[in-house]
Amino acid sequence: MLQTAIILAKIWGVLLTLVSLAAIMTWVERKQSAVMQDRLGANRADVLGLRIIGLFQPMADGLKMFFKEDFVPARGDKFLHTLAPMIAFFPALLTFAVIPFGDVLRIGTLEIPLQIANLNIGYLFILAFGGLTIYGTVLAGWSSNNKYSLLGGLRAGAQMISYEVVLGLSLVGLIMVFGTLQLDIMVKKQGELLFGFLPAWGIFLQPLGFLLFLPSAIAETKRVPFDLPEGESEIIGYYTEYSGMRFGLFYFAEFIEIIVLSAIMATLFFGGYQIPWLYAEGFQFPWGWEWNLPHLLVVILQIGSFFAKIAFFCWLQVLIRWTLPRFRYDQLMRLCWVNILPLAVLNIVLTGLVLMILN
Amino acid sequence: MEAIFFIILSIIIIFSSMMVILKKNPIASVLFLILALFSTAAMYVMLMAPFIAAIQIIVYAGAIMVLFLFVIMLLNLKKINEGGAVTLKILGVIVAGLMMVVTAVVLRSVAIPADSGFLRSSPEGFGTVENVGMTLFTTYLLPFEIASFLLLAAIIGAVVLAKKKL
Repeated sequence: MLQTAIILAKIWGVLLTLVSLAAIMTWVERKQSAVMQDRLGANRADVLGLRIIGLFQPMADGLKMFFKEDFVPARGDKFLHTLAPMIAFFPALLTFAVIPFGDVLRIGTLEIPLQIANLNIGYLFILAFGGLTIYGTVLAGWSSNNKYSLLGGLRAGAQMISYEVVLGLSLVGLIMVFGTLQLDIMVKKQGELLFGFLPAWGIFLQPLGFLLFLPSAIAETKRVPFDLPEGESEIIGYYTEYSGMRFGLFYFAEFIEIIVLSAIMATLFFGGYQIPWLYAEGFQFPWGWEWNLPHLLVVILQIGSFFAKIAFFCWLQVLIRWTLPRFRYDQLMRLCWVNILPLAVLNIVLTGLVLMILN
Repeated sequence: MEAIFFIILSIIIIFSSMMVILKKNPIASVLFLILALFSTAAMYVMLMAPFIAAIQIIVYAGAIMVLFLFVIMLLNLKKINEGGAVTLKILGVIVAGLMMVVTAVVLRSVAIPADSGFLRSSPEGFGTVENVGMTLFTTYLLPFEIASFLLLAAIIGAVVLAKKKL
């Protein structure tokens, strides 16, 4: 009974955190673009004259989405038109289930692992459900009964299938180094030290892997510079025929994907919840200092570090989105198949060689 | 508890498999096939084979069915001819009958213990990544390598056929 309650509490906690972070991300994106373009940015929404630097804007956006006309093209497929945004939204939320956001929390004799589902196939689970988002975009394009939407959906499908291949390959090296697909073991191994002082984070073990993973992952979220499927500035993408909350779901799914992607990057390459030199008993610095901390404080610090890393990578992605221009479609495909793919294979071979020499 | 999940999943799989052949709209057929493959993956999870389940979703429900969907969308099949030639129908019946015989023979050869209930329990760590990998790269190494060569040949063949100038 207690176990069920704990699991439900974890699911609700993660869900609420994720959704509210996504709402804040819409504000971050607008504010960051305003800073970069020397504008004032979103600051019109106010409650009784109170504006708090535009933080009411996400709520105003949400309300607007709900009250807009909900439009389905006359000869489109009504059922699939409704289903598509849900299919796009649901896998993005689900992937967070396997990501550990903290170590084991101990209250008395109770041990609570701070992760919803500790799966043996952890990383494959993310790939599997990430792959399902394609259906949302492709079906959205088709069910709109609009040539341009269909073409947008096809562009999205081709792009996401191509980049899924390199996304999977770019992480094989990391799996070889850690020898597991289980995300919590990966994070625990990143708590160890290299050469006695450097934290064994994925970025230090697989620098090339990270450089290949980052562009492929951003391409999977379909944001600038890879936003050809939606063509945001021209609005000729797969959700051209969407309005109201159906569009809202696509929009929201994009921000949830950003957060999930940041969480994956933090987990795989930047030590997840680990803080350098922080162990279960407290800090143990390589130069000999020790600083013991109570268990609860350590857990809170770890969760805090995990979310700080997520915040950093969210910000980084927004920065990239507002800095780079869009690729041409042939450049996009060439980047994937001609540039990233051979490098990813090279990374696997190199990792294998190094592991063989070390053993 | 397991029995309830098994029954629910079975109903979903059988229903969606039926809908694949009963639906006239090819897009709906494809979507029901995806549902069937996805529920089969859930069945693998219940059989303690998470790796097979993940591969089932990645390969079948993910990659292959997207390509199916692509082709059908581009062909834009709205209606499929009703009826069709009588010889086709007779051929269909013969092929389906043969399939049924083969399935029956295979199922008869599998020994299922009488006390197994709905699901047989599998040994510890049965379908995990480690165990599947070990089996694949020791006992079944040769078939695995041959299959990879076959796939390579298929990829090269597809490129040669699709590109007129290389």
